[in-house]
Amino acid sequence: MTAGTDRSVRTLMLWCPDWPVTAAGLIDGVDTYAPVAVLHANRVLACSAAARAEGVRRGLRKREAQARCPHLVVVEHDPDRDARAYEPVVAAVESLTPGVEVIRPGVCAVPAKGPVGYYGGEEQAAERLVEHIALHCGVAAQAGIADGPFGALLAARSGQIVPPGATAEFLAGMDISTLDRPELVDLLRRLGIRTLGDFAALPASDVLARFGADAAYAHRLAAGRDERPLAVRSPPPDLVVTGEYDPPLERVDMAAFAARTLADRLHERLAAHGLAATRLGIEARTAAGEELHRMWRHDGLLDAAAIADRVRWQLDGWLTGSAIRLRAHGGVFGDPDARVGSDGLVTVRPTAGIDRLRLIPDGLVRCSGMQPGLWGELGEADARAHRALHRVQGLLGPESVYTAVLGGGRGYAERVRLVPWGDERKAEGHDRPWPGRFPAPAPATVLTEPIPVMVCTADGAFLHVDERLALSGPPATVRLASGSGAGAGAPLTVTGWAGPWPVDERWWAPAEANQSVRLQLAVADGTALLVAGRGDTWWLEAVYD
Amino acid sequence: MNSSIVSRLDRRDGPLASLEKLRAAGLVRRASDRVDQAVERSLPVVPALRPLLPGGCLRRGSTVAISGRTAIPGTGATSLLLALLAEASAAGSWCAVVGLPRLGVVAAVEAGVVIERLALLPHPGPEWVDAVGALIDGLDIVAVGVPGGVAPRLAARIMARARQRGSVLVVLGAWPGADVTLQVTAATWHGLGAGVGRLRRREVEVVASGRGAAARLRRTRLWLPGPSGAPMAGETNHVSIDDYRDRVHRMDAHQRRAS
Repeated sequence: MTAGTDRSVRTLMLWCPDWPVTAAGLIDGVDTYAPVAVLHANRVLACSAAARAEGVRRGLRKREAQARCPHLVVVEHDPDRDARAYEPVVAAVESLTPGVEVIRPGVCAVPAKGPVGYYGGEEQAAERLVEHIALHCGVAAQAGIADGPFGALLAARSGQIVPPGATAEFLAGMDISTLDRPELVDLLRRLGIRTLGDFAALPASDVLARFGADAAYAHRLAAGRDERPLAVRSPPPDLVVTGEYDPPLERVDMAAFAARTLADRLHERLAAHGLAATRLGIEARTAAGEELHRMWRHDGLLDAAAIADRVRWQLDGWLTGSAIRLRAHGGVFGDPDARVGSDGLVTVRPTAGIDRLRLIPDGLVRCSGMQPGLWGELGEADARAHRALHRVQGLLGPESVYTAVLGGGRGYAERVRLVPWGDERKAEGHDRPWPGRFPAPAPATVLTEPIPVMVCTADGAFLHVDERLALSGPPATVRLASGSGAGAGAPLTVTGWAGPWPVDERWWAPAEANQSVRLQLAVADGTALLVAGRGDTWWLEAVYD
Repeated sequence: MNSSIVSRLDRRDGPLASLEKLRAAGLVRRASDRVDQAVERSLPVVPALRPLLPGGCLRRGSTVAISGRTAIPGTGATSLLLALLAEASAAGSWCAVVGLPRLGVVAAVEAGVVIERLALLPHPGPEWVDAVGALIDGLDIVAVGVPGGVAPRLAARIMARARQRGSVLVVLGAWPGADVTLQVTAATWHGLGAGVGRLRRREVEVVASGRGAAARLRRTRLWLPGPSGAPMAGETNHVSIDDYRDRVHRMDAHQRRAS
């Protein structure tokens, strides 16, 4: 039954023993030298060498394992953690040899032909890869080479290199349970078949007739005829588009024109991969080496025109030195002309024209699966509205048109967040419980900056609220402090009031702490006000307009 | 001016009032109104505001001004603006609000405006006319706050553009030549006592005047906002359980103070 092994791909398998344990050590910082067991569904899935020395085995119940090793550290199985921790290992292997297939986290295979030829021998290639993984990822791995992935995996478990054509003999002595098909193995055991060699000796047609297609495949594996080619992973495609300009671009319109071409190229490249970007990084470099990078978010897909617009907005601000201001940290670009504003921001102007533009797509999605769901059906009216708002942004600048997102919070001003039109609308915390939030109706006018007001009791003294939230008396008059606009000065009689409702927010951060009370006041001319105060200072927050 | 409006209205309250109500409810239609045109050429408004507008809807291309003392808010003008936008926004129209940095977005949501289709230009700057023009081209309703008033020639230019593109211009402030001018003439808050209760709803009286089909003065009472924040038709003697509870609270508070 050794015929046909020549058709199997010579495979180099790299196996990291007890990968779930190693991953827990890498990501969660578990001490893998101590007895550790990773459990799945209350059964031991993998355990560390120390735990194995104490008698912990795969498949034991948690209680049993703890009985054998009382100081066992138990970690819950997390497939994501395993995969995440394995990614650097795959990248390390990929840096030495192309065509890596990840069998599962902890095990990967490469076709042996390339590295063996390059490093001058199977032993040298295996050694080089194991060493590389140990150096770059700090992970112990074992290598095995055989004909076909199945044989190679078993060879890797014992760190062997099986000579070409000898895989069937190598497998013949192995226990039948290595097939990893519990039901079939159980059946075969009861039939008296205990090794792969015994199983391989059965006639293939009878195995197929008696046990079905999967068993027939297992039969071929046992015979060392694993002819499945490796499903190698392809490295992520390089989607970044770069344009170099000589002479450098000095004016915004030139840059916008160049951006348009670049945007078309990026669009084409993404479309070729069936992808679309939801975020876009634009990186511009001047001839003097200054760089400006900004990430643009977008609701929907960025088409070529939208990309070109964003490049224009970004460069417009930069080249004219008006809009783009960067926070100063240790001298921006070492630019002596940078002017530090009172707010610690620096207005930067480039000293030379732009000689390189890079468009870096991010947040890639499958194009076919992308639906502009947030706006519902993107019909004719919606498209018209989008175009109009886009044009207004072109007229007044990107930070002129906003869309509101409701967020969490108690005050009316902090519940609303304005995001520039076209950016991602991400609402969070809106529907969480916010004890102390006012119920409907909400005030129609919310002041952007609170106006100081004077609230007085009937005897003309300022209304005072003490630490126990007791008011010094019922509020009788309210007056806008002078200099706060029309209507200042004249005291208004309070006809109804309610409160005080206490606010005690962010007491754990002294700089942002807000401790105050709120009052609803109805005044004589039919107006209702929402005022907040602390001690005897009060300010107007909103008007029920 | 208010007193003259009211007296003119009082004289009008005659036998035709019931017919007006039927028309407002959409049960009776003028013979000259063509059904398909009326549907396509208009945007819906909440039932409470229908008696105020000619045809019971926002006609495309028309201009509605909401006058009030915009320097000191509190007259209910902003709530009236949100109430005008609500129904059309919920039906899928796009709205923009220009030059109102103090707009309470939470109140807008409670009134029924869909914020996904609401664009805000809080500080349009000196080029606001161009911006409004561009918005009129693409959006169904453009609401503009003009605290300082606007020159008649400029107003006429913007209105002509709105008429041509079929979008509704809603102005907060005085606007020469508006098709309909709405004004809140009286407002009373309910639910707030002396140290008890909370603001629950406001009863307002709105008077509409204007040109052409809207020349006749109309007056209606409505809850703005109603108990849930959304505008509601008025004239109901219905006492809600909340009101009842308020009343009991207030009596309790009185008794406690007396004793």
